[in-house]
Amino acid sequence: MKRFFTKQNRALLSELVRTDFKLRYQGSALGYAWSLLRPLLLFVILYVVFVKFLKLGTGVPHFPVYLLLGIVIWNFFNEMTVQSLGSIVGRGDLIRKIRIPRWIIVLSSSISALINLLLNLVVIAIFMVVNHVDLMSTILWLPLILAEVYLLALGLSMFLAAAFVKFRDVNYIWEVILQAGFYLTPILYPLSRIPNLTFQKLIMINPMGQAIQDARYATVTHETVTAHTLFQGGWYQFIPFLIVGLVLVIGISYFRRESKYFAENI
Amino acid sequence: MDRETVIKVENVCKTFALPHEKNASIKSTVVNFYKRNKTYEKQQVLQDISFEIKQGEFFGIVGRNGSGKSTLLKLLAGIYSPDSGSIRVDGKLTPFIELGVGFNPELTGRENVFLNGALLGFNRREMGAMYDDIVAFAELERFMDQKLKNYSSGMQVRLAFSIAIRVQSDILMLDEVLAVGDEAFQQKCIDVFEKYKAQKQTIVLVTHDMEIVRRFCSGAMLIHDGEIVAIGEPREVAQKYSKFNEEKIDNELEKENTENTKKESNISLKILTASDKQKSGYVTDEEFTVEVSWPKSTPKVSNVGVGIVKQSGEFVFGANTFNEEVKLRGKNKITYSVKLSLGPGKYYLMAGLFGDKQNQTIDYLNEGPQFIIRPKEDDVNQGLSRLKYKWTV
Repeated sequence: MKRFFTKQNRALLSELVRTDFKLRYQGSALGYAWSLLRPLLLFVILYVVFVKFLKLGTGVPHFPVYLLLGIVIWNFFNEMTVQSLGSIVGRGDLIRKIRIPRWIIVLSSSISALINLLLNLVVIAIFMVVNHVDLMSTILWLPLILAEVYLLALGLSMFLAAAFVKFRDVNYIWEVILQAGFYLTPILYPLSRIPNLTFQKLIMINPMGQAIQDARYATVTHETVTAHTLFQGGWYQFIPFLIVGLVLVIGISYFRRESKYFAENI
Repeated sequence: MDRETVIKVENVCKTFALPHEKNASIKSTVVNFYKRNKTYEKQQVLQDISFEIKQGEFFGIVGRNGSGKSTLLKLLAGIYSPDSGSIRVDGKLTPFIELGVGFNPELTGRENVFLNGALLGFNRREMGAMYDDIVAFAELERFMDQKLKNYSSGMQVRLAFSIAIRVQSDILMLDEVLAVGDEAFQQKCIDVFEKYKAQKQTIVLVTHDMEIVRRFCSGAMLIHDGEIVAIGEPREVAQKYSKFNEEKIDNELEKENTENTKKESNISLKILTASDKQKSGYVTDEEFTVEVSWPKSTPKVSNVGVGIVKQSGEFVFGANTFNEEVKLRGKNKITYSVKLSLGPGKYYLMAGLFGDKQNQTIDYLNEGPQFIIRPKEDDVNQGLSRLKYKWTV
């Protein structure tokens, strides 16, 4: 670890994240306020559509917060992978002209997404207070669950960023996969809406499904399906973690192998 | 005497795969997907390169465009990796392929200084400590809180340069940094080179400027078509490079001369040399011979004129047989020898055929073959011509 986070690498990482942040709301009148205002406004729309009009969450306690938490975690996953995917190609000027560890570029865009996640969590906290959600001790698990999502997204980001250098179709393919993944993950609908138990299990093998349900269980309400309850404690419940580990290993090793040729392939 | 080797390159080869065709349409993508092969061409950029650079050396790498010198630099910098062979670098190496890498037009000058510094390996505290010096050296105190996009290109270069020279590194690598900037900037560069040389800083420099090689380098290397052609004494390497370049220019001129036989005139003008081969490069005071010929059918040619014109249009010298009572006696060919007491530059020949009287023009070749005059090694004079002279006090 020490080899990776040398003084120079830390300085570079923080400078890249800083630049990213400065440029994001460049020229807008409200500036940084947008990073809180944007999710807040989006939440209001979703709340009105799904809770007031469609009445999707009847029977789920604190459904608005339940829904928002799912969306926030998915958006984080979505934003991080999409931004990282283009990060290496986008920073081609640096890669071709200077020797910096390539993984720092992916890491910096992942940290930008992470900062956004934290800001979104602040908004969720506000909603929790408004919705009178009881604070549960299981909330202490949330950081670990988020870490799992981060590692999954990091593995995918590494893989996608490296693949995008060679194959410029990757971003379109990934866009479609994300869209499919959004509906294959119980974000907008409660898992209990799916009558077929096998389908429920298949959905919960997906690490994103498992993580989102666990996060809801830990923070919002214990009255929700988790991988643990669904598989009744069997070893199947560990499949999502296995997938995360596998994705991370494959992503990092592919990135390492390809990163030697980034400069000439960009 | 036993200086430490800081860069050791052994048998390095590098090829690039150049795609033959970009898959621009869906159809060609599908077709090429099934063919799969033949869409790449291997281009060997560097072959079997081996050399060493020692501690404290000012090492120059020269070569023409496309010779592979920039690829070599990127290999040394670790930006590319070699196909085979090994590169060993002892100590921290900082490459400057370009000045101001990562500069962002949307950020202020100040923010860009810190960003660029981080890319060069300095953290905020270290950059903060040298910030004032950097700004003062770039003479941009008043502009640091303005966005970089409002800077002139000269200001940007100044800022980038003053960050770059702050860099403390075991080995510095510079790729044609002199190519940008005005004369004042180049002078600054040269001052910095002087400083580095005095400090015994290890430098690897890629350049086209043989003057710099002669003046600063303690070792040099000439690369041509991906191979080392000469390595060692900078003076010799520089000379070889100049010779290489002259040959290329001569070849181009000859090609132009043979292709450029516009049929505006029937006169044929040929530069002859001892070896009877066409030659286009001469040194001041060299003698050359021109053969003027015309078809036998041309009526009543009794006088011939030959002129030398500078590329920029000045008529330099003319001679006509009319004034010198040279008789053609029915021949359709005449040779003209002249000592080229001319200053360096590009010239071309012209010729005319005349009747008994000088104003009776029969045929005229306005722009004949071109040739180049290069200065003698000890040439100290200026101007269009090189006249014989002497001072008397």
